[in-house]
Amino acid sequence: MDVRVDVLVVGAGPAGLALATRLAQAGAGRVEVLEREQHAGGMPYHLHHGGFGRPPRPWLDGPAYARRWVRDAVDAGAAVRTGVTATGWAGPLCLETTGPAGLERITARAVVLATGARERPRSARLVPGSRPQGVMTTGELLRSVHQHALPVGRRAVVVGAEPVARHAAAVLRGSGTAVAAMLTEHPYAAAVPGVPLLTRTTVTELRGRGRLTGLAIRHRDGRTGLLGCDTVVFTGDWIPEHELARRGGVPLDPGTRGPRVDASFRTEAPGVFAVGNALHGIERAATAAREGAAAAAPVLAHLEGAPWPQPGPALEVRAPLLWVTPNRITGTAGRPLLLRSGAPLTAPVVTATQDGRTLWRRRLAGPASPSRSLRVPPRWTVRADRTGGPVVLTLG
Amino acid sequence: MTVTRSGPLPDSGDPYDVTVVGAGVVGSAIARALARLPLRTALIDASDDVGSGTSKANTAILHTGFDAVPGSLESRLVRDGQRLLASYAAQSGIPVEPVGALLVAWNEEQLAALPALADKAVRNGYRSARILAAADVRSREPQLGPGVLGALHIPDESLICPWTTTLAYATQAVRAGVHLHLNCPVLSVTPGEPHTLTTGRGPLRTRHLVNAAGLYADDIDRFLGHADFTVTPRRGQLIVFDELARGLLRHILLPVPDARGKGVLVTPTVYGNVMLGPTAEDLDDKTDTGSTAEGLALLREKGRRILPALLDEEVTAVYAGLRAATGQEDYAIRAHPRQRYVTVGGIRSTGLTASMAIADHVVDLLAEGGLPVTGAREPDPVRMPNLGEAFPRPYRDAAMIAADPDYGRIVCHCERVTRGEIRDALASTVAPASPDGLRRRTRARGGRCQGFHCGAAVRALFEEARR
Repeated sequence: MDVRVDVLVVGAGPAGLALATRLAQAGAGRVEVLEREQHAGGMPYHLHHGGFGRPPRPWLDGPAYARRWVRDAVDAGAAVRTGVTATGWAGPLCLETTGPAGLERITARAVVLATGARERPRSARLVPGSRPQGVMTTGELLRSVHQHALPVGRRAVVVGAEPVARHAAAVLRGSGTAVAAMLTEHPYAAAVPGVPLLTRTTVTELRGRGRLTGLAIRHRDGRTGLLGCDTVVFTGDWIPEHELARRGGVPLDPGTRGPRVDASFRTEAPGVFAVGNALHGIERAATAAREGAAAAAPVLAHLEGAPWPQPGPALEVRAPLLWVTPNRITGTAGRPLLLRSGAPLTAPVVTATQDGRTLWRRRLAGPASPSRSLRVPPRWTVRADRTGGPVVLTLG
Repeated sequence: MTVTRSGPLPDSGDPYDVTVVGAGVVGSAIARALARLPLRTALIDASDDVGSGTSKANTAILHTGFDAVPGSLESRLVRDGQRLLASYAAQSGIPVEPVGALLVAWNEEQLAALPALADKAVRNGYRSARILAAADVRSREPQLGPGVLGALHIPDESLICPWTTTLAYATQAVRAGVHLHLNCPVLSVTPGEPHTLTTGRGPLRTRHLVNAAGLYADDIDRFLGHADFTVTPRRGQLIVFDELARGLLRHILLPVPDARGKGVLVTPTVYGNVMLGPTAEDLDDKTDTGSTAEGLALLREKGRRILPALLDEEVTAVYAGLRAATGQEDYAIRAHPRQRYVTVGGIRSTGLTASMAIADHVVDLLAEGGLPVTGAREPDPVRMPNLGEAFPRPYRDAAMIAADPDYGRIVCHCERVTRGEIRDALASTVAPASPDGLRRRTRARGGRCQGFHCGAAVRALFEEARR
């Protein structure tokens, strides 16, 4: 079946729903949000803890927060369709979908990729050893416990020590699984009370036939050990769900692995936008929602016929920086740039240069951490030469 | 239809006419061939599923047999088996993709070896191999790393699904009356008339015995007083890359074999992803299917040379399989007619291709031992669910979805596996005993996220079916 809409948003998480809400409120025409899961709401739907929502009232839990976004989008007039998967492209702005009602081709005047992110599994991290049951990511853990009430295991190890890892530990304990340890390769991290935290430590082997029996670990100073457990949760190490972008020939940024966008969330494929964690791996739900809302104005401008800009100079990073979003400078950025460092630094100085010319330099207020993005004010981007070479960000 | 997984073995009073030990691709093919005969046949395996030993970690190539040892049993059985399996696959819905292979020469020594390999192919009855110049190779495979000097093109090497093949054989055998007993390890054999097998699930009596026990074929042989060979497990580690890497190559990229052995290949798979491997490590432990940091580092180093862009792609899976190496150049298929016993040993990577020809050969050998082989009739054909990306899958089939909306409910997003396919697999003749078995039947949770999105839902469906 062939369908035409004005805006097609792929992914009903906070970013996609916030954008759809704004667009529908602004009278953008027919705004449709596709969600391949049975429930709309994105990751917050699976996060049964408080702290969601806008200050001064940040006490919604994840599912309530997710429901609120869905209600807002629907009330504004957007169509939110669950259980429908965008499987590929039939044209530059035409997506093929599969759902229980059949196959469709949906052509839109603007397509927005809001496909979110996932954690890299054990295999992608090349952790050697056997292939027993009991190996999962936080995403699978949350769905197992909250959605399907499946038993997890008796004794678990959590790999990672970012907020998501601490959340995994809490969910494990809440479901009756003892947490034997958390481990991270980083030199320090916040511990969970009652759970041993092993820093500078990596998993060198998974053991067990049928079911996991333990992990061989190694400390950076050479000490090795064995942790007995029947469950291991690999947390963090996020990667955007970029399949649809790649299948559509939408160029990716090598750092984020998400679609390359300018400060207006425009990809290099005319009419295709990308927002939220699809751009950079995991950020807080509020950040994703703010990105979605901020994309409304450029999407509306596109619908009204604004020309699609030339790509403009690339924004690049140098180690220890891992990535920056946006990835292109096509106009003055209106929102802070997000910048991620792979190494902790106590008083980082960020420098932006273009063709050997320093555009901007500043010592940031807080420390840089591999588990949290830095926010870089946007105003200096006005000084970039639109026809010049790449703008390079460094951290020292 | 009889498939058992626990409890004492059913005893009808009469012994089985034939028992096949080992439900890998070869044992299942033999059971299928025997199912054509009016006999009581059993197929037994130590594990909880068919094809869960060496067969599940095959490199998944339907070989032409161009590089076998000319005149060997393997050469003949691979050549015959290729034809038989290609035709069986077409009937049964086993996905096969004829992509062709390139044996890429990266140095002068390898380049110099190509004419002899082309000649060997002819002696193996394969006449379509051609030597290509470097420029031709590069135009066919633009992503190859620098330094390609030439290649031997084998246009008929194909990709196949090893899981569906084994499952099709076993399904057809069971539907035609073969008893499949899983979780049924053979602990000892008392030779006699009939033989009595002591299994983990009690005694099993059988007049004729086929040993297709793979890595354990030498153990079974010794129970019957034979010591023709020793099986050394040879580990092969493999890295499977994301389906998004599939566009990087068009052929199976085989190494030119040299003094250091067969080497590492890069191949597309019928599932639409790309596989790099295997390593070759002789071990002592017949259960050590773990991957190692050294093995993965070696594969990545080799892969970077062959197809540099591959290393930037996400890894979907890492696994290791054990091949049954015997130290001999040929299959070790031995008949002991007076004992009414046939050993099918030393079956290597080509065993998948040769499986149907091996089966026919084994039935002939059993006949020499007095097995009555008259009254054969073709069993009902099977139609297996398609796992191949080059063929229509349910999520893209409007008619299937219209008839049953469950084929439009995608559960595993990375691999686009629908609820209907999972339901069908759970209710199939040889149903999966574990989530891994379900994955080999449907691809569910076999994709890039490895269960981040779908793992819990797939497990819930599996657990629900088991209740």
